[in-house]
Amino acid sequence: MTEDGYNFAYLDEQTKRMIRRAILKAVAIPGYQVPFGSREMPLPYGWGTGGIQVTASIIGRDDTLKVIDQGADDTVNAVSIRKFFARTAGVATTERTEDATIVQTRHRIPETPLAAGQILVYQVPIPEPLRWLEPREAETRKMHALEEYGAMHVRLYEDIARFGHIATSYDYPVRVNGRYLARPSPIPKFDNPKMDRLPALQLFGAGREKRIYAIPPHTEVRSLDFDDHPFEVQTWDEACAFCGAADSFLDEIVTDDRGGRLFVCSDTDYCGKRRAAGHTGSATRDPERGGA
Amino acid sequence: MAAAVTASVLGPGFAAPVPDSQQVFRRVLAAMAEPGSVHEIAVGMTPPPPLDPATAAVCLTLLDFETPVWLDAAADTGETRSWLRFHCGCPLAADAGAARFAVLAAPAAMPPLAGFPLGSEAYPDESATLIIQAASLEAGEAVSLGGPGIEDRRAFRAAGPGEDFWKQRRELEALFPQGVDLVFTAGASLAAVPRSTHVRV
Amino acid sequence: MYVAVKGGEKAIEASHRLLDAVRRGDPSVPEISTRQISEQLGLAVDRAMAEGSLYDRELAALAIKQARGDIIEAVFLLRAYRTTLPRLGNSEPVDTGRMTIRRRISATFKDIPGGQILGPTYDYTHRLLDFRLAGEGEAGGEGSVPEERTDPPSDEPMPRVADLLGREGLMEEDEDPVADEGPPTDITREPLRFPADRDARLQALARGDEGFLLALGYSTQRGFSNTHPFAGEIRYGAVAVEIVPEELGFPVEIGEIEVTEVEMVNQFKGSASAPPQFTRGYGLVFGHQERKAMSMALVDRALRAAELDEAAASPAQDEEFVLYHSDNVEASGFVQHLKLPHYVDFQSELELLRKLRAELEDAPAEAAE
Repeated sequence: MTEDGYNFAYLDEQTKRMIRRAILKAVAIPGYQVPFGSREMPLPYGWGTGGIQVTASIIGRDDTLKVIDQGADDTVNAVSIRKFFARTAGVATTERTEDATIVQTRHRIPETPLAAGQILVYQVPIPEPLRWLEPREAETRKMHALEEYGAMHVRLYEDIARFGHIATSYDYPVRVNGRYLARPSPIPKFDNPKMDRLPALQLFGAGREKRIYAIPPHTEVRSLDFDDHPFEVQTWDEACAFCGAADSFLDEIVTDDRGGRLFVCSDTDYCGKRRAAGHTGSATRDPERGGA
Repeated sequence: MAAAVTASVLGPGFAAPVPDSQQVFRRVLAAMAEPGSVHEIAVGMTPPPPLDPATAAVCLTLLDFETPVWLDAAADTGETRSWLRFHCGCPLAADAGAARFAVLAAPAAMPPLAGFPLGSEAYPDESATLIIQAASLEAGEAVSLGGPGIEDRRAFRAAGPGEDFWKQRRELEALFPQGVDLVFTAGASLAAVPRSTHVRV
Repeated sequence: MYVAVKGGEKAIEASHRLLDAVRRGDPSVPEISTRQISEQLGLAVDRAMAEGSLYDRELAALAIKQARGDIIEAVFLLRAYRTTLPRLGNSEPVDTGRMTIRRRISATFKDIPGGQILGPTYDYTHRLLDFRLAGEGEAGGEGSVPEERTDPPSDEPMPRVADLLGREGLMEEDEDPVADEGPPTDITREPLRFPADRDARLQALARGDEGFLLALGYSTQRGFSNTHPFAGEIRYGAVAVEIVPEELGFPVEIGEIEVTEVEMVNQFKGSASAPPQFTRGYGLVFGHQERKAMSMALVDRALRAAELDEAAASPAQDEEFVLYHSDNVEASGFVQHLKLPHYVDFQSELELLRKLRAELEDAPAEAAE
């Protein structure tokens, strides 16, 4: 029990065992969505209850936890979840990607490459990659069993026929270890290549939909594409206005109502470290613009 | 009071159930995520024979009233039965085909792998996890492992399961995603070979 | 300038303090007690308990107070609390045939053994605002409301109307819950599977959002899968809850709960395997909630389409549609999660849209084709 009388990491031990068993099966069958008895958490469904239950089931006193939302450590939901674990598990928290043993994320993979031994826990709203093609679980489960993924290729190809390229920019479907089609949770497709053969373990928790899936380290994760239309990621004409990074995912900040824009790193830890190391961007070189 | 007396006759479980099971789980998770890698548990255990500390620790960590467990003839002693029932509350499966977990203390004499639940095409997770107690995880004949969790290939040296065992295990690969997942234990060490691993003898 | 989207810990704490103040309202007005809520807003308490799947009037009243009367928020509080409770055992099925009845009506027979008991109901009130209630504590206010006069609970047996029809062979046989193998499904411990068994379905409906079920039940009456329902019986009262302790081996009563039970009697023309007969739709809800129990019974019957060989083309007959969307804690969470920042995904869409527009403008001839 912790100070507030909660169980360690909120969940009771039987629930943790049930989730731990589901996690092991998920790791053993990469990309397959394991149904689990998701519990009702004191945070709302859709706000990370799946990721929270996974983290609560794996976390121990020796762990150091990092929580990000949209790549940032200081957005309200990231703060709220980090506080939940600091309070119920008494663990150390960090904003530094390389210092974390567990990183819980919503919508991004950190820019700093994750290393062997780290665990990346994704919060997943809709785990089923075939859901927009087929709303029924009874049907999509059959499609996975029979490896019937033609419809997804057709959908992507319809984009090519219409627009000349694939018009899916986030939550871009991947094939895990050559078998299961999986949803990378709504990360931008910019982050998809980071999933491939990542040395860290990737765990995915969908609380409302009651599914857990996983990608073991060093596992092939292919973003779906075609020989004549290979997968490609977003690029920006700008570099980060704060740190000058040209290799990170940029958020667009509207600075005024006359078309003023700033582009800055979505990964606050990455950006902060670069600035601490002396890197500058257009706004930090020109305080007039950045301080507006 | 009655429970305390029974526990002392049976031998204790984890000294500190919450942190101990978390620590052991993380070892099992690391083992499953990186097949063939060997991990040491750091919790003191005095389980009833023939269970090794790692075998018993994995049981305490993963089994409960929701998981029927099957014991092979070597593991199926009155004492292990009582110990598992008391500390895990798990039902004992009468036959291997009804087990979610199995504890195999004499792997050389184990029943066919395909006789354990392999899951279905739609629900491959509804399959057994076998806890196989080996004499050693470092001194046996090497098999070569590849697949998810392994960067190139990894040698695995469990002493106990023989050539026929690995042959059966190879045959199951064709059924993927159906299959069984293997946790190997010896002393305080553990390793795992999930169904996704390709085994070459 | 980059602060607006980053609330941080201080902002959250400040927000919680504001919330406390807003919840309390004008401090010169006396604070409402949970006992007042439990006694005087009893139907709100009933609804919070039913959809919260937790029978505890005091906790439900507390949740309603904390949620400032937002019942779905109160349900959420109860559900999260429920997660932390240990499961001590399963009760025996309650026997509503032995209910201590406060209200019981049938729309199918003029008189029935045990009689019709109107009980407390808004049904025949004229919906005129009663301004006497506005003058709390004043003369002519609630103080003058006559005390409840009730006849002692009847010992007369009150057989269910559906069973009376069953004796004539005109009603389908009921499932025998005891004969059913194994413990009942519990969707709070294992995820739903499809096709769902009826026990899982009834549990989902009993916890389901009243508004959602009301609309679905209504849709079946308007032709989206008409099941030709009659309100065979609606009864409300207290039933005993019993458990069988392992060491005793016989049932022991641990308390009473109030429930509303509805059996709809529905026309059925028969199928290849069944003669023409009446079929059942069943509703059972904590507390006094006839609207919810009736809606549940209509939807239960609609969802039996596959079992009864009926064409299933309407929303209320679609098991996945109904059961996956009836839970208001899930629905409320996911709808409201759109408040969370999505600017990474939005940025991705923005970039894509600009690219598509630029390509369109670069190739006007092709686009005009």
